[in-house]
Amino acid sequence: MSDTTTRPDDTTTQVDEPRHGRGWTSYIGHHLCDYGLLFALIAIILFFQIMTDGTLLRAGNITNLVLQNSYIIIMALGMLIVIVGGNIDLSVGSVMGFVGALAAVMIVEMQIPVIVTMLVCLLAGTLIGAAQGYWVAYWSIPSFIVTLAGMLVFRGASLWLLEGQSVGPFPGEFQLLSTGFVPDLFGVGRPNVTALVVGAVGVGAIFYLGLHTRQRNREYGIEDEPTALFWVRNLLVAGAVMFLIWKLAAFRGLPNVLLTMGVLTVAYAFLTERTTLGRRVYALGGNSKAAKLSGIATERLTFLTFVNMGFLAALAGLIFAARLNTATPKAGFALELDVIAAVFIGGASMSGGVGRIVGAVVGAFIMGVMNNGMSIMGIGIDYQQVIKGLVLLAAVIFDVYNRQKQS
Amino acid sequence: MTTLLEMRAITKTFPGVKALDRVSFAVEEGEIHALVGENGAGKSTLMKVLSGVHAHGTYEGEIVYAGEAARFAGIRDSEAKGIIIIHQELALVPLLSIAENLFLGNERARRGVIDWQGTYLRTEELLRKVGLREAPQTRVGALGVGKQQLVEIAKALAKEVRLLILDEPTAALSEADSQVLLDLILELKTQGVTSIMISHKLNEVRRVADTITILRDGATVATRDAAHAEVSEDQIVRDMVGRDMADRYPRRERRAGEVLLEVSDWTVAHPEDAGRLVVRDIGFSIRRGEVVGIAGLMGAGRTELAMSLFGESHGRKISGEARIGGVPADLSTVRRAIDAGLAYVTEDRKEYGLILDDTVARNVTLANLHGVARRGVVSEQEETAVAERYRSAMNIRTPHVFQKVLNLSGGNQQKVVLSKWLFAGPDVLILDEPTRGIDVGAKFEIYTIINELSAEGKGVLMISSEMPELLGMCDRILVMNEGRFVGELSAGEASQERIMSLIVTH
Repeated sequence: MSDTTTRPDDTTTQVDEPRHGRGWTSYIGHHLCDYGLLFALIAIILFFQIMTDGTLLRAGNITNLVLQNSYIIIMALGMLIVIVGGNIDLSVGSVMGFVGALAAVMIVEMQIPVIVTMLVCLLAGTLIGAAQGYWVAYWSIPSFIVTLAGMLVFRGASLWLLEGQSVGPFPGEFQLLSTGFVPDLFGVGRPNVTALVVGAVGVGAIFYLGLHTRQRNREYGIEDEPTALFWVRNLLVAGAVMFLIWKLAAFRGLPNVLLTMGVLTVAYAFLTERTTLGRRVYALGGNSKAAKLSGIATERLTFLTFVNMGFLAALAGLIFAARLNTATPKAGFALELDVIAAVFIGGASMSGGVGRIVGAVVGAFIMGVMNNGMSIMGIGIDYQQVIKGLVLLAAVIFDVYNRQKQS
Repeated sequence: MTTLLEMRAITKTFPGVKALDRVSFAVEEGEIHALVGENGAGKSTLMKVLSGVHAHGTYEGEIVYAGEAARFAGIRDSEAKGIIIIHQELALVPLLSIAENLFLGNERARRGVIDWQGTYLRTEELLRKVGLREAPQTRVGALGVGKQQLVEIAKALAKEVRLLILDEPTAALSEADSQVLLDLILELKTQGVTSIMISHKLNEVRRVADTITILRDGATVATRDAAHAEVSEDQIVRDMVGRDMADRYPRRERRAGEVLLEVSDWTVAHPEDAGRLVVRDIGFSIRRGEVVGIAGLMGAGRTELAMSLFGESHGRKISGEARIGGVPADLSTVRRAIDAGLAYVTEDRKEYGLILDDTVARNVTLANLHGVARRGVVSEQEETAVAERYRSAMNIRTPHVFQKVLNLSGGNQQKVVLSKWLFAGPDVLILDEPTRGIDVGAKFEIYTIINELSAEGKGVLMISSEMPELLGMCDRILVMNEGRFVGELSAGEASQERIMSLIVTH
């Protein structure tokens, strides 16, 4: 290429600093968004740990925290993808309630086997997602409107299914979905060795994958996170995981839900960050016209994000119903807002194209720990709502501020 | 003549960059003063200093306007003095009427109640002045870009303009609309309005400007009197780039191989109005190693032709046949068109070409993710390596490939778009206005890339509104008007006059 233009380019390119070859303080500076969220969670946990005189991190309460937030986290996984794709789904709370009602009617009133019921319910959720996604993707109707309609429709549908009554209780095998624990395969019982093994394998995987990526980066000559920071970060994460597992093992072991949640989180993180499919969703949300002209089937992709959301909402509905051991017409009411809040606290952008699965999960835990901590402290529901609202606002302001500073 | 504006030794620094370095700039009352320079030369920054966008105190140097020192704290202050700036991206609200737009923020009202009668009367008067025959109630969104530009000028007139600043006023306009606009600027001059015009189009500058100031790297290089002496384009280009540009178009050995793409009877209807044909019975072919140009005015159907070929991305009721390498090609979706060996580099890279918030690396691999993935799993290392390869091959100026493309200059953004399409491995590239909004140096680089592509045996279809560019680059030029091809000229026989006459006589 010619060297005819060696003069400085647009002023904007000059201002930005290189990301490589610097100390780890500057690395953190550039990834403040990623780390900030984790720090926020740690700070909130420490705060409530102190304020509740250690109740927060008691084994029983940790189990409780997981159970309380499982359905929100599961839905947040789907919601993140929908939001990254540039849409929103307001119907998930209602869909979740509807699926719980469907399960109750099928199992309790019609005596249909649990497994069959669960499959039918998951299919129902998927179809609901497909129905909504169809209008959004192929008719370009704003998702806000389509899913607002869905929210009303399925709220009404659960009322109709349950005839305004609470239906329950469920048989024990259905309850296991939510309140069950993975039995100790090693027969020790307490501490639960299975839980410890799963934890150890998980931590091993974190280090293996991290080191593997670093190795590959080195092969390609790509500079990476500074070594010290890599170890500090991963040791912290590993420590936190082992602490959590130890607490759970000392109590009743690994909740089934935690396992489900963990597997789903890892699977969706992989899907969104490492696969071509995930990449395309980000491109779709970032600039759908450019994505389309780059050969991405934008309509089908949008459709799929809603199908996936419907499936996860159904799964969350089953878990929720199993946890309460009854289906009520009110189940899932306004829950979509908690899910959406978790995703935005986790750093997703309203305009699409930005956000991470890990962020959404951490966001959900931030909300969950605050709910739990404030309840233990005996703070009234009135103050709780106000505080949660302000935290949501603060998180988004922090995010916007950071982005402005960067550009 | 008296001096209306004098900017003395203006220095403006941004963190890490000196955008303006002791720039001096003087404008006489009643003249049209052209400000030229490459992208990043400091033209826009200078105008932002003048209009108060960069408030007094954030820069060094002084401004004397109409005989007194000007210390503007914001754009309101400069507007109060009659300095109105019209930006490249128009600042009109498409859903409001012309009248509402003209008096936006400046409404004719009594105690907060709008005087519609007066508004409409005054609007009609202003529209007459700019020669726009439209009702004041017409929605601005319903007007073409050319007419919108006139509305912008009417809006400036509504504010009692004394010094009008136009930033690339004709960048988005067709030849005909540009002529109307330039005539209007000349007309305003006779009414005593002084204008500063930033432009890349040197023929227009030469036509209207009384004085030409050239900026380079944040400093004034020369001020040339064009009212009394002829200033040649070559002279201006030399000043802009600081060297002789012996040839604005790099040389290429011309040799054409076998036919790559063959299109026949291609007809496309308007996407909203199925009865209106935007492309009619088009037939052409491109050979290996050929660069074929399409000339025509804006609205001639060139982009429509390109986009309809590329996965039926524009229009409806598309009929006709396309053959690639002799076999009929299925171009019904973008994916299929890419797989068939086609690539389309859009004329609007920000809207249709790039994901601005994403990194250079991610943009480069977007159209061919499978090229860096195994069984659906993307290898970021592989992706980075690919992006690095294109960064050095294309000379994309960015500190690293993890930079957001948002932060790149226009020319470098265009190179990212080109990289994306080259990585998709096409045989035929359709380039739609490949050098729009790019400075002279980057243009030369893009031309060089096009020549390299042709040397590699790819076929290039190049759509451009800049006729010199087509004449300098193409083996053949197809002339298009109102959806039809109205003629074909070989490189030897083509000239601006012949192209224009083909357009006008059909």
